[in-house]
Amino acid sequence: MQNDKNFYIIFSIILIFMAVAPLVIQNTHFQHLLIMLLLFATLSQAWNLIGGYAGQVSFGHAVFFGIGSYAAMAPLTHWGLTPWVGMLIGGVVAIIVALIIGVPVFRLKGHYFAISTFAVAEVVRELFTNWEWVDGPIGLDAPVLEQGFYNLMFYKNKLPYLYIVLVFFFIMMLLTFRMERTRMGYYFRAIKQRPEAAQAMGVHISKYKQYALMMSAFFTAICGALYGLYILHIEPATVLSLDISIKIVLITALGGTGALWGPLLGSIILIPLQEYSRIWLGGTGKGIDLILLGALIVLICIYEPRGIVGLLKRFNFQKGKN
Amino acid sequence: MAVLEAKDVSMYFGELAALKEINLSVEQGEILGLIGPNGAGKTTFFNCATGFLTCTRGDIFFKGQNITRVPGHRVCHIGICRTFQIVQSFSEMTVLENVMMGAFCRHPNTSNSMHSAQDILDFTGLADKRDQIAGSLTLADQKRIELARTIATEPDLILLDEVMAGLNPAETEEAIELIKKIHQKGLTIIVVEHVMEVIMNISHRIAVFDSGELIVEGPPEKIVRDERVIQAYLGEEYHA
Amino acid sequence: MDVTIFLQLVISGLLIGFVFSLIAVGLTLIWGVMDILNFAHGDFLMLAMFSAFLMFANLGVDPVFSLPVIVGLLFFVGLLTFRLVIKPVLGYHALIALLATFGLSIFIRNVVLFFLGPDFRVINQSVLAGKRISFLGLHLSLPQLVSAIGCVLITYVVYLFISKSKFGRALRATALDKDTALLMGINTNRVFALTFGLGAACVGAAGGFLVNFYYVFPEVGLNFAILSFVIVALGGFGNIGGAFLAGILVGLVENIGGFFVGPEFKYTLVFILYLIVISLRPKGLFGW
Repeated sequence: MQNDKNFYIIFSIILIFMAVAPLVIQNTHFQHLLIMLLLFATLSQAWNLIGGYAGQVSFGHAVFFGIGSYAAMAPLTHWGLTPWVGMLIGGVVAIIVALIIGVPVFRLKGHYFAISTFAVAEVVRELFTNWEWVDGPIGLDAPVLEQGFYNLMFYKNKLPYLYIVLVFFFIMMLLTFRMERTRMGYYFRAIKQRPEAAQAMGVHISKYKQYALMMSAFFTAICGALYGLYILHIEPATVLSLDISIKIVLITALGGTGALWGPLLGSIILIPLQEYSRIWLGGTGKGIDLILLGALIVLICIYEPRGIVGLLKRFNFQKGKN
Repeated sequence: MAVLEAKDVSMYFGELAALKEINLSVEQGEILGLIGPNGAGKTTFFNCATGFLTCTRGDIFFKGQNITRVPGHRVCHIGICRTFQIVQSFSEMTVLENVMMGAFCRHPNTSNSMHSAQDILDFTGLADKRDQIAGSLTLADQKRIELARTIATEPDLILLDEVMAGLNPAETEEAIELIKKIHQKGLTIIVVEHVMEVIMNISHRIAVFDSGELIVEGPPEKIVRDERVIQAYLGEEYHA
Repeated sequence: MDVTIFLQLVISGLLIGFVFSLIAVGLTLIWGVMDILNFAHGDFLMLAMFSAFLMFANLGVDPVFSLPVIVGLLFFVGLLTFRLVIKPVLGYHALIALLATFGLSIFIRNVVLFFLGPDFRVINQSVLAGKRISFLGLHLSLPQLVSAIGCVLITYVVYLFISKSKFGRALRATALDKDTALLMGINTNRVFALTFGLGAACVGAAGGFLVNFYYVFPEVGLNFAILSFVIVALGGFGNIGGAFLAGILVGLVENIGGFFVGPEFKYTLVFILYLIVISLRPKGLFGW
């Protein structure tokens, strides 16, 4: 199919660019930017599965992100367990939390899911802040270990992190692309658009919402693990914060919910904007960036709910007419 | 053997009885028309038969199997599918994708589903609109999509809830043609419709609901002469 | 266990519960009529509290007297929110409205943070502040007692207004079936706007009371927002009586449970209660 071919071409170009650019531009700050960009694109794509495709908006994805961070970092700190295993543990725990939220909530219509995710994020932050094993509000610092892939620690250079994140970005995008073309992808979109009609077509609605949430939670947790291992310090106030949840939602809403390229486009705009606004406006903690972001979400909702992807489509449509 | 059989089916919403001890059956290959004023319980009956609601009392059988408590999403797999009174096409999907949504019920694989959907598009005369977005089409086309999607699930029984409401005479004519064509494939059909000429024309048998009760059933020519029906329903629209 | 302590806990739970109720009534109105969950509801509360605080700090107006002004102000904020943010997104998928109020919430919170800073402020020199009543070995804080009584009264007035007035009838009709209400000649957009105003006014009143005994800071709305979401879900959406009772229940669970398990886990307790209730009674404790 023409559409599929286009995807593979564009996707390959992007991957090659992302892989080669940091070799050409040997600037640490640029590399950092690229890592954050790819990480948040992956993260937002994970959110997109449940929030965009299946249409169940989560305002508490920090809970999965934080669980992933802690699952990779705590066993590493305490027992020296390889973070690859920790990552997997985090993914599994995130799936369990997804079940705890989803099983009672997905049978119901309305805003129960949004409420639950929002509340559960606060609850889990409360629990971690009071959990001594993970040093409560202070959080965990990654121990100094031997460099390499086993410990996922690289001190000299950011490039290995970049390539690891790039691999996960690749997996996430490919998975989403394939999913769009399977029965499950169609079912997600049908549930979002017309749940009753979907049910009449034989779709087990709560089951498919649950699948979407579990996949989303799993990959969000993996991103959380990568983030912790890259930043080397995690605490409830960062990895479990509302800020993380906000950022994920915002990137996807800006780029385009339920659209394959939405998360990447959103990240390309927002991540540099945020990093640079922090530099320009100074780290005053006064949240100018969040003022802009909040206003931006509202404006997107009002003027182009399909986000940047929608804008591009509009542009394309007009070009087609002329 | 009856394809669908309702035995003493009652449905209560709190104190309000939407259905009262309905006994009704549909035979293989039959087109049964359901008529009655608004709020008579026709759509509630559909909801009970398709697992959208579980009736308060009584049982519903499909080919002898008790389906009273079968959840809504299973009903389609058993072989019953429905349309909606207010059109419910997947408005952001293309026409093909809408029909594929139905075909997925029997063909989990995307390309198989697509092939099956293509056949249905040809059959229902939607083939030339295949790649258009459903939401951009006329009401008549969206209703047709719903019909196509419904038969794409390869059902034995379909329940059509006012598929002709809001259509102009020419469109209604086309819809009737399509329903007859679907019937010729061997499907059993229950139709709820407000347009009297239509329902009298296509139904083999008609059941009249009023205030949640089945007041009379029989062939069309008997129904039009029934005093209670004329009073309950036909009075203004058909008689006057 | 000591009966006095238990009674004290019950009373504190009730007193704060009544405030929760009024906050939740504002939210449930909007939810019931428009099927919109207003994520900025907690930030409306914060706006009300800050307005009262600023009037006190700069103009010397006691929060008891600024209350009507705050209610009016928040009513206006509600109307404005509807006109500028909600109305433009009504035609889209429901999740867009949810995202829009979420964005609004972030915006309001950070604007306040930017101009007023993250500090905690408190009013300690007012008519009510710091005073307490003691009887039978129980201690009641006067501002809490007055707030609780005020919140119950306002909740009751709102309930009467919705169930008896002409506007209330239009509102309930719109909540039941928007399209039919429109056909019957009800100006649903006006109903929506006023509902949003009314919902915001409720939370404004709650904020005006709360400021008498609670710290004011830009993120104060967050915790109250979470609690009010849970309360609305517990009470059954759009159900004022349900929100009232669920508010009390949450106040009790938070206080009594928090005492036994530790105050740091009080949200965990409330959330567990929420999960249990929606598992057993999907339409809320008091929904059918």
